[in-house]
Amino acid sequence: MVRHSEFTPSGDARSALAEPEPLGVRGHAMRTAQLSAWYGAQQAIDGISLPIAPNRITAIIGPSGCGKSTFIRCLNRMHEVTPGSPRVNGHVYLDEQEIYAPGVDPVRVRRLIGMVFQKPNPFPAMSIADNVVAGWRLVGGYRQKNLDEVVERCLREAALWDEVKDKLHQSGASLSGGQQQRLCIARALAVEPEVLLMDEPCSALDPVATFKIEDLMLRLKERYTIAIVTHNMQQAARISDYTAFLLAGDDRVGRLVEYGPTSEVFTNPRDRRAEDYITGRFG
Amino acid sequence: MNLLQPDASLRRRQALDRLFVALLVASAASGVVVLLLVLGYVIWRGAPALNPAFFTQRPLPYGEPGGGVAPAILGTLTMLAVASAIGIPIGIGAAVYLSEYGRGSFANVVRFVIDLLAGLPSIVVGVFVWALVVRQLVGNYSGIAGAVALAIIMIPIVTRTVEEILHLVPTTLREASLALGVPRWRTILFVVLPTARAGIITGVVLSLARAGGETAPLLLTALGNQFFSFDLTQPMAALPVQIYNYAVSPYEDWHTKAWGSALVLIGVIGTLSLVTRLAARGRTGR
Ligand SMILES: Nc1ncnc2c1ncn2[C@@H]1O[C@H](COP(=O)(O)OP(=O)(O)OP(=O)(O)O)[C@@H](O)[C@H]1O
Ligand SMILES: [Mg+2]
Repeated sequence: MVRHSEFTPSGDARSALAEPEPLGVRGHAMRTAQLSAWYGAQQAIDGISLPIAPNRITAIIGPSGCGKSTFIRCLNRMHEVTPGSPRVNGHVYLDEQEIYAPGVDPVRVRRLIGMVFQKPNPFPAMSIADNVVAGWRLVGGYRQKNLDEVVERCLREAALWDEVKDKLHQSGASLSGGQQQRLCIARALAVEPEVLLMDEPCSALDPVATFKIEDLMLRLKERYTIAIVTHNMQQAARISDYTAFLLAGDDRVGRLVEYGPTSEVFTNPRDRRAEDYITGRFG
Repeated sequence: MNLLQPDASLRRRQALDRLFVALLVASAASGVVVLLLVLGYVIWRGAPALNPAFFTQRPLPYGEPGGGVAPAILGTLTMLAVASAIGIPIGIGAAVYLSEYGRGSFANVVRFVIDLLAGLPSIVVGVFVWALVVRQLVGNYSGIAGAVALAIIMIPIVTRTVEEILHLVPTTLREASLALGVPRWRTILFVVLPTARAGIITGVVLSLARAGGETAPLLLTALGNQFFSFDLTQPMAALPVQIYNYAVSPYEDWHTKAWGSALVLIGVIGTLSLVTRLAARGRTGR
C-alpha cells in the first residue's frame, strides 16, 4: 500500500466520514473551533480552536486539571459518554467534516479516531490475544480477516510481542501496568483508525518502554495523525511537531494559551505563562 | 533508651485487636452453627423417610405403605424453569436498563417499584396471580399460574442484585469498548455482562433459592397435585406445598414424610445452585 507522509493541506484531504476509503492512504487533518465542554454546571474547557495537522504529532501540555483529557475526549465524542452530565459546544472537524453534525454516527467517529487512555484498561475477562482484536470481535464482520496475523503485527508495533508471545491466552489483567498500556495501544492500532488520540500513554511506563512507545509514534505518524497529552516536557520536545499549551485560570476553566511548532513553543514561547511552565517555574 | 520497647499502650492495642478478631470469628461461627443446626435437625428427622421409592413414586393415600414425592420434585423443577424463563430475562433487562441507561425520572420510578415488589409479601403476589391468572386467564389452578407467581417473586431479586453488580463494572471498561467503535448495545452484551458474570449468577441463584421455597403463593395458584402432571394448564405439585400438606396432617408417618420432603427441597435447591455455578464456570474455561 502506498503511503504518503507529505503534509497535505486539510482542504483537499479526502473525507473519512463521508465514505469508507482505503485505509491509511493519507493522514487526515482535524481541527477544533471554539470548543467548550462542561461537566454538569462546571465548565472544563472554553473556546479552544486548535488545528491537528495530518501525519504529524501534536502534543497537548499543561498543568494537571487544565482540561487536557476533557479536550482530547471531545475529539472522538468520548466526552459525551462520561458520567457526570457531560455537554459539548463548538465544532470539531475531521477533514473539514463536523463530527458533531446531526446524523453523524458517534460509533463511526470513534472507529476512525482511536484512543489510548490515561489509565490502562484491558478487558480482564479476555485473553491477551483477544484483547488486541477486541475491536474486531466485539463489532463483528471480521471473518475475512486473519486475526492471528493482526494480533502479532499489532503486538510487534506496540513493542510487546516478545514479552507476551508465549502467553497469548492468559488474561490481559495478568500483565504489568506498563505492559497493559502497550496492550491497549496494540488494541487501538488493530482497528486501523485514521487518527490516534493518546492521553498520557507513557505515564505508567519505564524509560525503556517509553522509548519504545515514542519510537512507535514516530513510525506511526507516517500513516496516522496523532494527538498526545503528556506531562513530560522532554517527551513533547522529542517527538511532537506541534505543541498546544492549555491552562486553567482561577475559574478552573481550561483555555488554549499557546500553540505553534514545537521548536518555537519550546525555544521562544510567546506567552509568559507557557514559558514559565515549560522551563519548570510552575505547574 | 530502646525506641522499639513495647509499652503499655501497645499491649492494650494488641489486646483490643485480639478481642475484635475474636468477635468477628464468633459471628462467622454462629452463622455456620445455625446453618448446621437446621441442616442437622432436618436430616435427623427426614432421613428415615428417604428410600428409592420416595424419589420415584407419587404420594399415596394415608395407610398405604410407600409412596414418594416425585411429582412434587418434577413440579418444582418445571415451575422454576418456566419462572426462570420469564423472570430472569426481565430481571436482567431491567437491571441493565437501570444501570446503563437509567438517569431520568422514569428510572427512579422503576427503581421504586422494584423495591416495592421486593418487599411485597409473597401471599399478596399469590392472591394477585390467583385473581388474574387463575380466575381470569386460565380458569383453574394451574402450573403456569404458579410459575408466574414465582417469576414475580424472582424479578426484583434478580434486578436489584444484578444492578448493583453492574455498577461495580468499571466505567473504564465501557469506555475502552466504546472508544474502539463498538456500539453501546454490543458493549453491554459482550463487555459489561461477561465481566459481571459471577455476580449475575449469584443473583440468579439467590432468586431461584427464594422462589423454590415459596409456599403461600403456590397454594393459591398451582394448588398441588398427587399425580404426575406436566400440563401447565392443570394443577401442579410442588415440594413446598407437599411439605405443607404432609405437615398439617394428623399422621405421625406423614410428619416424617414432611421432614423428608424438606430435606429433598434443600437438596434440590443446593443442586440447582451448584449446577448453575458450574455451568457458568464451564462456559468461560476455554
Ligand atoms: N467525570 C467528571 N465529572 C466532573 N468533573 C470532571 C470529570 N472529569 C474531569 N472533571 C473536571 O474537569 C477538569 C478538567 O479535568 P481533566 O481530566 O480534563 O484534566 P487534565 O488536564 O486531563 O488533568 P491531568 O493532567 O491530571 O490528567 C478538572 O477540574 C476536573 O475536576
Ligand atoms: Mg488527564
